[in-house]
Amino acid sequence: MDGLDDIVEEFLVESHENLDQLDSDLVALEQEPNSRERLSSIFRTIHTIKGTSGFLAFNRLEEVTHVGENMLSRLRDGALDLTPARTDVLLRMVDTVRALLTSIEASGGEGSVDVSAVVAAISAAMEDTPAAAAPATPAEPAAVKPAAVKAAAKAPAKAAPAKAPARTAVAKKAATPKAPAKRTSRAKAAIPAPAPVPVDELIEEVTPVVPETPEPAPVAEATPAPAEQPEADAPAGTGDGQTRRAVADSTIRVDVDLLDELMLLVGELVLTRNQIVQYVGRSNDTDLLRASQRLNLIASELQEGVMKTRMQPIDHIWSKLPRVVRDLGSQLKKSIRLEMEGRETELDKTLLEAVKDPLTHLVRNSVDHGIEPADTRKAAGKPAEGVLTLRARHESGQVVVEVADDGAGIDPAKVGAKAVERGLLTPDALARMSPQDILQMIFLPGFSTAAAVTNVSGRGVGMDVVKTNIEAIGGSIEVESETGRGTVCRLRIPLTLAIVPALTVECAGDRYAIPQISLQELVSLDAEKAVNAVEEVGGAQVYRLRGELLPLVRLTDVLELPSDRHDGHVVIAVLRAEGRRFGLVVDRVINTEEIVVKAVGGQLKQIGLYQGATVLGDGTVALILDVQALARRALRAETNERGQESNRDAAAAAARSETERQRMLLAAIGGGRRVAIPLDTVTRLEQVRTETVEKVGNREVVQYRGAILPIVRLDRHLGAYGETEREVLEVIVYSDHGRSVAIVVEEILDIVDGEAAVRSDIDDMGLLGSAVLGDKVTELLDVRAAILAADPAFYSAPAASHETPSGVPGSFLEV
Amino acid sequence: MTSATDFKTTDGTGVVATSGQLATFRLDGDLYGIEVEHVQEVLKSQGLTRVPLAPSAVAGLINLRGQVVTAIELRERLGRPPRPEGTDAVVIVVRLHGEAVSLLVDSIADVVDVDAADFEAPPDTLEGQARDLIRGAYKLDGQLLLALDVQKAVSA
Repeated sequence: MDGLDDIVEEFLVESHENLDQLDSDLVALEQEPNSRERLSSIFRTIHTIKGTSGFLAFNRLEEVTHVGENMLSRLRDGALDLTPARTDVLLRMVDTVRALLTSIEASGGEGSVDVSAVVAAISAAMEDTPAAAAPATPAEPAAVKPAAVKAAAKAPAKAAPAKAPARTAVAKKAATPKAPAKRTSRAKAAIPAPAPVPVDELIEEVTPVVPETPEPAPVAEATPAPAEQPEADAPAGTGDGQTRRAVADSTIRVDVDLLDELMLLVGELVLTRNQIVQYVGRSNDTDLLRASQRLNLIASELQEGVMKTRMQPIDHIWSKLPRVVRDLGSQLKKSIRLEMEGRETELDKTLLEAVKDPLTHLVRNSVDHGIEPADTRKAAGKPAEGVLTLRARHESGQVVVEVADDGAGIDPAKVGAKAVERGLLTPDALARMSPQDILQMIFLPGFSTAAAVTNVSGRGVGMDVVKTNIEAIGGSIEVESETGRGTVCRLRIPLTLAIVPALTVECAGDRYAIPQISLQELVSLDAEKAVNAVEEVGGAQVYRLRGELLPLVRLTDVLELPSDRHDGHVVIAVLRAEGRRFGLVVDRVINTEEIVVKAVGGQLKQIGLYQGATVLGDGTVALILDVQALARRALRAETNERGQESNRDAAAAAARSETERQRMLLAAIGGGRRVAIPLDTVTRLEQVRTETVEKVGNREVVQYRGAILPIVRLDRHLGAYGETEREVLEVIVYSDHGRSVAIVVEEILDIVDGEAAVRSDIDDMGLLGSAVLGDKVTELLDVRAAILAADPAFYSAPAASHETPSGVPGSFLEV
Repeated sequence: MTSATDFKTTDGTGVVATSGQLATFRLDGDLYGIEVEHVQEVLKSQGLTRVPLAPSAVAGLINLRGQVVTAIELRERLGRPPRPEGTDAVVIVVRLHGEAVSLLVDSIADVVDVDAADFEAPPDTLEGQARDLIRGAYKLDGQLLLALDVQKAVSA
């Protein structure tokens, strides 16, 4: 089969089926020569083969079927009567077609099969000069060639070149696999091929082929003996024919439901396998051990095999996108080139269906809003033709599909502003978010409004629907964009729905499964490290993951259970959901395991925290955490603070409570003094080695992530006397409008909720007042003053004219 | 309540009395019954996986031959005290609308033929939430059989 085009292969499979049908039909026809129904069925079969062979350029095949078709149409119309002699030539035609197909299968071409004799015989039979030509049989060469035959043979040949351009377009359609539904498309694809037959008649005739085919096979055994002959001959001529399994015999059509059932059973088998493997692991019976290892292997292979039966290349849904892009592009007067990479990437049929609409939506979005009109592109120094790239690849058990354009990109600042305007985010929360996180806001439901289209280059339309659809199949979506350079939407889709790779964790003595699709990494901190690395507080725990503040969510808190981890170790599963990263603190990480997702009852679904349940290797039931829901539940408090409050109270009250309920970062500045800094203004906590601090003029700066960061030492700024010579400086980074400063403190103590704070006014330089926080008097830092001390131009100068000597814009700090 | 039902009568309170077979079980000293056709199987005590944040009557999830089934603690549902330490619950798996749910009870008893003529509305001694879940009582020899409304009982 190698070397054979998909289309040809499919053509062969179908034609073989049709021919079996034809044999039985023809024989049955002899019994009831006047059955128009049978004649029509035979006619359609031959017609389909003729049409397809026409555009596949199998000219001899087309020639034979063409004369056959002519005769059949006259028989059908009653212009000819079916005599045994005519039946004979028709059967001979079928045999010849078979011989041709066998040759095509074996060598890819029509080989040396001679068709002229049959063509002559059929023509003769049609011309009612039967007895002479019919018995002439295969032995006779192409001596008898009435002019009529030539004419008939030429007609299709002429038609062939004209069809060539149509072929490529049709080819994609026809490249679909053997699923029954696809037959329609092929039958239709055949339409453009044959020239002589009136189009009306064609459409009418071709379409009914679909439900027609399956007729009891047993009749096929009645096939006259000669049928075997050409088949036996052809492979001999091609040499390696015997070793090759015939295409038609190597594929069968299977009901998808049956595959679903198999998939389910394999899922169960995998579970049982897991149980046995675990059980055997505890015994020392070597024979049993060996047997279970084999079982392990075989079950895995079986699972893979069954999964493969449901796999289809993503090209199935991509193939209709060029048209979408072309149509929409010309409608919008944009010239767009569509590129596809990894179109052979396979994924589960069900998932493929589920991804189709979201993907189309993303492509439309890119064409509509991503890629700019030609003149805008030229003005921006880009080629006039926009490029839309679809990429698909397998990546750690998932399929990653990207829709990338080289358009205008999305401006995080605009998205952020929009989010604030819509009340989806507080300005403070926005200031702390990285541009990458801000971009993900386009997937929020409130974002998809008409106004957003113009303001945020339109990416908001229906994006929440796309996201919902992708998440419904256990996938995830994220967007990356570079202003002016383009946008990439990345879908991560599980390979299959039924079996999911998951991480099992322990929390309060129970095990839970976390689908690996949302897992990014695991961080384990021993007690000593955890004390420093995790800022422990009610509700606002953070961990500095490579310099970025990672909000922590304790699973025990979410589940309202007591943790049974008392040794101070902290195990963090870094998860990504809702476009944001957060750390889920669990008691222990147990294992990675392939789990079969089982639905849970209605009452448990309502809790909105569990995606389902599964049976683990040892037979116990474990709940599967819904990471998306978890993120929404745990992180909502932070992002939607303002929205909730304004619901509860009037706007004024909300404003007041916001100032009062601020979260504060507590820091020691030496001399026993404690300073509170509103957490909203903190971008990041860092540690900086003292030796890296440099002087610029009379100011201290430090190189930080390739930028120059002005420093203010809070102890000096506030007149406290801390230890001066420390090796490592604790630094609070504050960023606003692309500029950043570093505030040096002696030690970061805690994060507290400022709600209960009692304030007293003290008029001291650099302070707003003092409050009792955590039973101690704490000074409230005037952040503005502190920042101005480090960078006098911080609030006035635009970022571009930053006074830092390097002159690099400050925005690179926000990562 | 379909196949085994002989006839139905309605008493003053609007409660439908039925004749048929009830599978009976004991719970905190009382005898309860549910329609035998709802019962799929009865199992010995199973390992339960608790479900945090679930309604209190949800005792957890059990593994029923690879199927995950929710278990309802009927004592909790009926407002009875928790089962004494050291005694194992018996699991009655019922099938409602094609979905399997299980009930945790103290012990299983016989299948009893009941007659609608013996049926009475829930005794006044029943209180609160239990009253909603009990369709009524059949007067048997020497004791009362409380007919449990399975539908309501599992919709914890």
